[in-house]
Amino acid sequence: MDVVNQMQRQFVDYSTSLHREGILDDQFTQLQKLQDENSPDFVVEVASLFFEDCEKLINNMARALEQQGVDFKQVDASVHQLKGSSSSIGAVQVKNVCIAFRSFCEAQNREGCLRCLQQVTHEYSLLKNKLQTLFRLEQQILAAGGSIPVIE
Amino acid sequence: MVVAGEVLQSGSSQELHVLAVDDSYVDRKVIEKLLKISSCQVTAVESGARALQFLGLDGEKGSVGFNGLKVNLIMTDYSMPGMTGYELLKKIKRSAAFREIPVVIMSSENILTRIDSCLEEGAEEFLVKPVKLSDIKRLMEDCVTRGETEEQEGRRVHKRKLEDDNLNSSSSSPLSSSPSTTASFGCDISIPELLSSPPHPSKRAKLHDGD
Repeated sequence: MDVVNQMQRQFVDYSTSLHREGILDDQFTQLQKLQDENSPDFVVEVASLFFEDCEKLINNMARALEQQGVDFKQVDASVHQLKGSSSSIGAVQVKNVCIAFRSFCEAQNREGCLRCLQQVTHEYSLLKNKLQTLFRLEQQILAAGGSIPVIE
Repeated sequence: MVVAGEVLQSGSSQELHVLAVDDSYVDRKVIEKLLKISSCQVTAVESGARALQFLGLDGEKGSVGFNGLKVNLIMTDYSMPGMTGYELLKKIKRSAAFREIPVVIMSSENILTRIDSCLEEGAEEFLVKPVKLSDIKRLMEDCVTRGETEEQEGRRVHKRKLEDDNLNSSSSSPLSSSPSTTASFGCDISIPELLSSPPHPSKRAKLHDGD
């Protein structure tokens, strides 16, 4: 079971680093705690919904910002939704960019919005990669017959 | 599968049927899990219109989904396209058939005037998102002891109206800009009336998370 222990430690370290780097917050841990034998893929499912949401909303924002006369209310509506989802999953970096983004929407500042859009796209990609790594580590542990450690 | 009759008769907090309304997929999934883990039956819909349809309040007879399963609690997001949670709340409270159902509003924004209007329209609680398991647990306890609080709720709403008169001069809502999900305006702001304990403590607006 040495291999399993090693994988489990790797998982814990990786998970902790995501929190330390400020990519995920306590809300993500709350979701992990909700996962049980009735819904063993709960976190992965929520994350998938979140990624879908992100892509859709980022596209909406990009399209809206491309227009001659930008409808900032429309952009803001999408940012607000993204802020909500990211908050629900614990994606704190994404959420923070959304907060700044909303200020630029309010100020009707197209340049500022475009910068935020770039930032939010970057943060989302980063998060997606990291979560996919985390989920892979989980799968490896389970495949080796181990259990996922609970991170407090 | 729980038979409708059993749900009506059980009376225990074990089999509450909650109608959750939220336009966000992510939030619907999370709230559904939180409620199921708390032993509730859950029906999650994406809009106020669908919620009314489910309840049979949209004017059409034999509407989709309404199968006689009594709804014990409605939890709705505030900001939704089309019909807001606030509008849904009003419609429910103004319907003879459903006004008794407790309605909880959820919002990512901690805006005092918003909280007040919801509570005044008869919302049971105002939860700041993201909603936690501890919030749901507290709600479950409240629902079970709901009966005796009707009277107190009437008093509480009246009390809030009085508080409003006192607050009018001082409130300028700098609170609405707080980005943190932990309701940070809790005890720092000197609005004593707002934080004075109401007759039934668990009915006050949820200003703090992690009590």
